[in-house]
Parts: sequence; structure tokens; C-alpha cells
Amino acid sequence: MTQQGEQLTHGGEHAPGYGQFILVWFGLLALTGLTVALAGINLGRWIIVSALTIASIKTILVVNVFMHLRIEDRVFRFFVAVAVLTLAIFFVLTFFDYAFH
Amino acid sequence: MGSPVSPASQAEPDFYHVATKRRGIFAWILSTDHKRIGILYLVTMSFFFLTAVFIGFTMRLEMLTPGKTIIEPQTYNTLFTLHGIMMIFLFIIPGLPAVFGNFLLPLMIGAKDVFFPRLNLLSWWLFLTGGILAVVSVFLPGGAADTGWTFYVPYSIRTSTNVFPALTAAFVLGFSSILTGLNFITTIHRMRAPGMSWFRMPLFIWALYSTAWIQVLATPIIGITLILVALERFFGVGIFDPALGGDPVLYQHLFWIYSHPAVYIMILPALGVVSEIIPVFARRTIFGYKFIAFSSVAIAFFGSLVWAHHMFTVGMSNTGMFIFSLLTFLVSIPSAIKIFNWVATLYKGSIEVSVPLLHVLSFIVQFSIGGFTGLMLGALAINIHVQDTYFVVGHFHYVMFGGTGFGLFAAIHYWFPKMFGRMYAKKPAVVAWFLATVGFNIFYFPFFILGYLGMPRRYYDYLPEFQSLHVIATVGSWILVAGILIMVVNLLVALRRGARAEANPWGGATLEWTVSSPPPLENFHEIPIVTKGPYDFTPSAAETK
Amino acid sequence: MSTQGHEHRDDAGSRMGMWLFLFTELILFGGLFIVYAVYRYQHGEAFHLAARELDTFVGTVNTLILLTSSLTVALSIVAVRQGKRGLAVMLVGMTILLAGAFLVNKYFEWGHKFALGIFPGSPELLKRSSGEILYFGLYFVMTGLHALHVIIGMVILTVVGIMTARGTVSASSYVKLEVGGLYWHLVDVIWIFLFPLFYLLH
Repeated sequence: MTQQGEQLTHGGEHAPGYGQFILVWFGLLALTGLTVALAGINLGRWIIVSALTIASIKTILVVNVFMHLRIEDRVFRFFVAVAVLTLAIFFVLTFFDYAFH
Repeated sequence: MGSPVSPASQAEPDFYHVATKRRGIFAWILSTDHKRIGILYLVTMSFFFLTAVFIGFTMRLEMLTPGKTIIEPQTYNTLFTLHGIMMIFLFIIPGLPAVFGNFLLPLMIGAKDVFFPRLNLLSWWLFLTGGILAVVSVFLPGGAADTGWTFYVPYSIRTSTNVFPALTAAFVLGFSSILTGLNFITTIHRMRAPGMSWFRMPLFIWALYSTAWIQVLATPIIGITLILVALERFFGVGIFDPALGGDPVLYQHLFWIYSHPAVYIMILPALGVVSEIIPVFARRTIFGYKFIAFSSVAIAFFGSLVWAHHMFTVGMSNTGMFIFSLLTFLVSIPSAIKIFNWVATLYKGSIEVSVPLLHVLSFIVQFSIGGFTGLMLGALAINIHVQDTYFVVGHFHYVMFGGTGFGLFAAIHYWFPKMFGRMYAKKPAVVAWFLATVGFNIFYFPFFILGYLGMPRRYYDYLPEFQSLHVIATVGSWILVAGILIMVVNLLVALRRGARAEANPWGGATLEWTVSSPPPLENFHEIPIVTKGPYDFTPSAAETK
Repeated sequence: MSTQGHEHRDDAGSRMGMWLFLFTELILFGGLFIVYAVYRYQHGEAFHLAARELDTFVGTVNTLILLTSSLTVALSIVAVRQGKRGLAVMLVGMTILLAGAFLVNKYFEWGHKFALGIFPGSPELLKRSSGEILYFGLYFVMTGLHALHVIIGMVILTVVGIMTARGTVSASSYVKLEVGGLYWHLVDVIWIFLFPLFYLLH
């Protein structure tokens, strides 16, 4: 809750340095390279799982570091979980129709 | 009966009479004051509501006889499409949140406005734009859309009527809804007065909060679905068109993934209104506050799991149908909990039979009937027989109109003094309530019988054996409309001639009753410090607030 | 977005509003991903076949472009917080340029497809199997909607870039740059999923 006159930014901690972002960026590039490389191998049905897993890891990095989710109030993480869970439910329940035809 | 208005606020002008930078109409349509925005919604929404009522009235006249009565079949198709679009997207979905949520949310949590006031104004402008687009689409060459408000493919792709303006209108209105939801969530999280913990919030706020989440998370699905139909019409992308390999059932999945949760956007705030009114007119605290609060959240959650119960007859897998039927049964439980708790609150309470309470009592009976018939529809074996019949039409009118509609009537009669600073005459309001309730039930109850006997919905023509029930229903519609007209006229008269309202004419214990009627511009001189719950009617509580 | 009065500024609340808006974008695209999933499930072979016609190299380059643009906008916030206005503006500018480069690539990609007669409703496309028609329908709609969001993102970044240059965004008040950045990262995340699903599943 806001207090009179106080400006709520990131709780007053020191400004982060450039380092962590550049490090994560290298990680993202590496993961991109990995997913492209895997595409060249015949993994059959596992290609989808591996591609989506790598994409998810990249997303987790972007969301937590670039988007600062890990330094926000806990309620933000709860929000993200609710949104992702909702989308997941839409997927799963739709497939309860299509997967059992 | 009410708590005394503090001396300072008696000298201060209310928000209608405060000096504004802008003049005339611009002081309203460019205002970012949540109270003015709420009134703007009320005024524009009333036009759309009354138009949609008129359309419904005309439809019922047509249905007095089989075959043509007063209009052509194509006209009938456009009328039921428009009636659905206007009632659903322009009245019931925005309804309570846009009018009463906007006006009351900041007041009830002890804030001066919502978190994003300019975004709030934008929401209203989007609402107005969408409404105008929907109305204009009727008059463009090609005529109004005739697809039904559900825009099912492939017909919505093929018909030459004005589907695109209607889709655009619905998209714009969805955007308005999203922004309102986003605003309310942020406001409730960040702007509650000191001491107002989550469990000291009024239950109407819990309802608005749950509704806001559905608005934010479900509406985008209809957004993308409408975009896809538009693209299909213009570019033939093939995503839903069966001639190109698309799956029309997939359209229905996407459509209902939003449109089912949408009905919870419609009902949750009304359930919240009931939770506000009952304690005040039973003069005791609500029974099971936490159960009611959590049931709102539960309804929002479970309500997003049941959408395919609108599709039991289109050819889904048996597994899918079984699961959706089961989930549909589960979603009734939180609603039932609310009803038990309300009745428990009334039992041995000190009841004052006020107009708001009368509408709430109608609500409880009608919503229960609507709910039961919903359960019946959720049962696969019954659904096969009554899907797409008048049974469904009866069910949703009982919940949307008998439920949310009467919830709106209750809300306007409860908060009218606060919003307009006037009291309305009680006797005409009671007469209006009586006619509306009697008329409503005579009108819609026969629909269950008609549907059971096999009368299909959206049909212009019908077998002669159905006529007597149709006639009864149409007569009921006349009684209902008479009641609504008396209600509206009574309230309009009260705006001019009603007795001045005090701050707390009903003796409520929530924060909006601690400021003048109407409230001052900034709601509170000092943000209040909350030490008691919202339904604490003990005398000491009134003093501390 | 927020206008609470400067003495009661609540930046976390402003960010909360943007996160909520991002959820709506997530679900908007989520609907398209659901359509993709269903049709891929039903037309796996055709999707494999059609995916071979996309240029993996261009797709990869575009992915690297967007990932880098996310880096530059994240760094611009660090720069603003350190009081380095010039550097911050340059980084926002780089983000916008990278976004432009992405769009240029997309323009040529689509142009190439159009030249081959592959576009929604084209006679060439309609000769193919339903699965392939659906694949390309989804390709154009999803990458098209994404490109629209890239454009919107560029506009937002331009606005906050100008604010940073003018000092409206500063070390003591930078939430507008943060929310602009948040929007941009979401555009990146959507592409992170689009890329493998269209370019790599062959």
C-alpha cells in the first residue's frame, strides 16, 4: 500500500549492473543455437517436446531477469502463475475433445 | 438512522456541483472522475438497454402467431442477433461493473479514484464506440448481421450481412471490458484504505475482483476469435472454413472459452450486490463472509472450465463431453453456497421490506430456477433433447435477466440515493417490482415447457400446437415491460422531485455511506482508517467508522 | 498510464497494470497457439512438409535480433538508473532499430512467399492439402499479428525514448521506461515460441 509521499520503485535497492543482463543474453543465444541444432536431428515426436522445453527456459529467463519478475513483490509471481495456468487449462480441456475422437 | 455527515462535507459541493475546468457536456465526457464515468455508462447503457428491450418486445409480437405476424423472417433473424449483441455486450457484461463498480469501488475501499482514471475514461469511450458501431451496422447496406450473437462459422463467413461491423463492435467492447478489469484489479490491490484487509472488504468488491480477473483473462480469446472470423471473411485464410480444411467446432471451442466465463462476468457482480443488500435490510452481519468471498473466486475459476457444455450436440468426443458435464455440475456448488448463506442471514434477521430487498428476493428465486435448469442442461442425457430449444432460452433469461437484470434493479434502487442525492417514491417502485416479477415469470416460465415439447430457438415459424404458450409468454412480456417502464419513470421523476437523501438512508455499514449523498469530488477529505468489518451494525462500529 | 498525483506515485501499481495487460496479449496469442496445436495434432504430416518451405536461417536471425533487442531495452533501464541519459536513449534507439530490422526481414520473407503464389486464398495454395492450407493460414495470421505488435512496440519505445531524452524519464522516475520495456519483452517471448513451432519442426 502506498504511504504518503513515498515513491515506490524497487524497494530502494541499488541499481543493478549491466552484467546479469548480458550473461542472460548469452544464455539465450546459446539456447537458440541448441534448439536450431536439435531441429536438424531426427528426433521424431520428441522434437516438439525439446523445442517447447527450450522455448520455456528462454521465456523463464526473459521473464525473471529482463522483466524483473524475480525482484517484484510476490503477488506478481502469483499473477503470472494464474495467467499461465488459465492458458494451460484452455489447452488441456480443448484437447479433451480432440485427443479422444 | 444514518450516521451523521461530518460538518466539513456539508459545506463542500457534491461532485455534480464542483467547479470544473471544462464546460457543459465536456465536463462529463472528458472527465476522469470515476463517479461521472459511472453515470456516463448508466446513461449510454440505458439507451442500448431500452432499444434491446424494444427489439425483444417486437420479437414477442411476431411470435404471437405461427408464420408471419408483423415482420419478415430475415428481419426476425437480424432482430434476435441484435437483441443478443446489445443485451450481452452493451448491457449485461458491462452493466454492474461499469456503472456501479466504477461509481462505488473507490468509495467502498476508501480511495479517491481508481488507479488509472484516464484509462477508465478510455474504457467508456470504447464502450460508446462499440455501441454506436453495433447500431450503425443495422443501417449499412447489407443490413444487420443475421448470424445470431454467436457468429457461428461457416454461416458467419458466408453471409453477406454486416458481420464485420458487428465483429468490430464486439472487439472494441471487449477491449473496454479488459481495461476496466485491469483497472479494478490494480485499484483493489494497491488502493485499499489503511486497515482494510482483504477480509474487511465488502463482498461486492470481492465480486468485482473475481469478475475483473475473468475480464482480463477470458476476453482476449474472443478478441482473437473475432479477428480470425474477420480475416476469414476478407482473406479466406482457411482457419475455420470447412471448405478449406478448417474446423467449425474449433471455432465454437474458442468462442465459448470466452463466452461461458462471460456469463460469470454477468452474474458475479449481481451476486455481490445481493451480498451487500441482505445484511443491511436484515440488520445483521452476513452469514459466512469468507465462504461467500471465496465462492466468488471459485466461480471465476471453475467457470473457465466448463465452456463446452454449449457444444454437447456438435460431435465432440465422449470423453470430452463427460468431463465438461462433470465440471459443469461442480460450478454450481459455490453458487449454492451463496444462496444458503443469504437465506441464513435473513433467517431471524430484523427484516425491513425495502425495494432493494424485494428485487433481491425475486433474484434469489429466479436465479435458483435458472441455476437448476442450468444443471439440467449440464446433464448430457437431457441436453441432447433440449439443446437449441426454448428450454435453453428460458434458462439463460432466468439467470441473465431474472438474475443479473433484477440484480441491476436492486442495485439502482439501493445506491440511487448515494449516486443522485435523492430518494425515489416507494409505492410506484414496489408496483414496478411486482409487475416486473410477475410479468417476468409469466413470460419466461412457459419457455421451459415449450422447449421440452420441442420448440426450437431462433425459429420464426412454429407448429400451431405451440401457440398458446407463445401467447402466454407474450402477454407476460407486456406486463414485464409495463413494470420496467414504471420503474424507469419513477426513478427519472425522483431525479427532479425526490426528497433530498441523507448520507446513509439505509443504515449501511460500508464506507460509501459515510460520505454525503452525492459524494464530494474527492470522496474523502482524509482517507479513512478502517477498524471494523463491512457488515458490523453494532452501534460502536458506526462511531469508529 | 497512471495519474494518481505525483505525491502518491505508485510505480509497482503502474507495473502491475502493464503486467495485467501483457496477460491479455498472452491469451490473445494463446488462442492462436491453441488453433495451431489442434491442427498440428490433426495434420502432423502436412505441417512437417509445409514447414520445410520456410527459411530457417532468416527465422534464426530474426530470433537473435529480437533477443538482442530485449537486452538493449533492459540495459537502457540500468543506464537511466545510473543517470546516464545519453546511453539510455542510445540503447532505446538500438532497440527500435533492431525491431525495424526484424520487420524488414519479415517483409522480404513474406514477399518471397507471395512471389511463389503462396498467400491466403491464393489458387496455388488452394491446390494443396488442407493441412498445408491451414499451416500457411496460421503462418500468415500469427506472424502477421506478431509483426503488428512489433510495430506497436516500436511506437511505444519511441514515445518512452523521447521521454528519456527530454528527462521526463529519469533516475528518480523511470517506470514509464520499465512498462515500455515490459511490453517489448512480451513481443520477444511470443516470437520465442513462434520460431520453433513454424521454422524448426521439420
